[in-house]
Amino acid sequence: MSTTAQQIPTDTYNVDPVHSTIGFGVKYNGLATFRSTFEKFDAQLADGVLTGSADVTSIAIEEPNFKGHILTEDFFNAEVTPTITFRSTAIRANDDGTAEVDGELTIKGTTKPVTATGNFAAGADPYGNERVAFELSTKIDRREFGITWQNELPTGGDAVAWDVTLTVDLQLVKAA
Amino acid sequence: MSPIRILGISGSLRSGSHNTSLLRAAAQSLPSGVELEVFEGLRDLPPYDADLDVEPVPAPVARLREAIANADGVLISTPEFNGSIPGALKNALDWASRPFPENAFRGKPTSVIGASTGLFGAVWAQAETRKVLGIIGADVLDGELPVGMAHTAFGDDGHLVEPDLRTALDELLGVLAQRVGAQESQAAV
Repeated sequence: MSTTAQQIPTDTYNVDPVHSTIGFGVKYNGLATFRSTFEKFDAQLADGVLTGSADVTSIAIEEPNFKGHILTEDFFNAEVTPTITFRSTAIRANDDGTAEVDGELTIKGTTKPVTATGNFAAGADPYGNERVAFELSTKIDRREFGITWQNELPTGGDAVAWDVTLTVDLQLVKAA
Repeated sequence: MSPIRILGISGSLRSGSHNTSLLRAAAQSLPSGVELEVFEGLRDLPPYDADLDVEPVPAPVARLREAIANADGVLISTPEFNGSIPGALKNALDWASRPFPENAFRGKPTSVIGASTGLFGAVWAQAETRKVLGIIGADVLDGELPVGMAHTAFGDDGHLVEPDLRTALDELLGVLAQRVGAQESQAAV
């Protein structure tokens, strides 16, 4: 494992929403994985700090009853806590492209420290814009954020796992 | 040799029902020598009332009991309402359970499958339907087929899109047909 560090830029970089996604995956029925994304989100790298937010009401679920349930207090309680936020406290980017990002994650009004791991890259795109890219994931126990809905399957076991994997793939463009 | 007749009962009354679609997908996947007919009269059944359960019974009830009695096996596809069996289906099962214990379901090989637009594919409704059928006296087969996200589960050809689900449906239908066949050869002895 490389310990040589890449410098994290201190300029301001704003998210390129078309080429970025914020999503999650969670096991259900004991075997399958449900994945979805949030369609409305923001992210910025400024002064070496990565911040981001996602509007939980923009969760990409087509079926209205299913989506409606996810937005109730059983899950996100969207009327009271409509936003997920993240603010980094430390970014470690290694020369081999790997990265770890420590930060404070707030879901459903509860803030917890997390560490996400993945990759970091910086460079110019074909159009001459300076970009940085983060591909990060972290696993959380949703109970720690008050998302405690559960139902026992008829065959035993949890309907929806407690562990949820959060993933972000961010492209950020240097502000003019 | 006359074909094996399976009666399909959809627990959903809706015209675009995913559970009726699932029965149609099943009808396309049957082993040879097996036919599936979907029962159409669930909507016409009155709420179960012992006062009405006297000869002659209401015509829709007679049609239900006759359809079950004339079938070699039954395939029920249920949605899930509030974590359980839809009222219309439970009502039909209640009508079919009488007279007890010598009802049309008694000893009848019966499988339960289900579809829902949520993640879980009506697993709780399927489990409860099997429980009810067991109490009624049907020969309830093990196995379930949870078709979640049902609004995206079927292709234009009417088949299930997901290969694993198709295989599971084929296997379940094979088990049902085998069970019916085993019962018939037993009866012939």
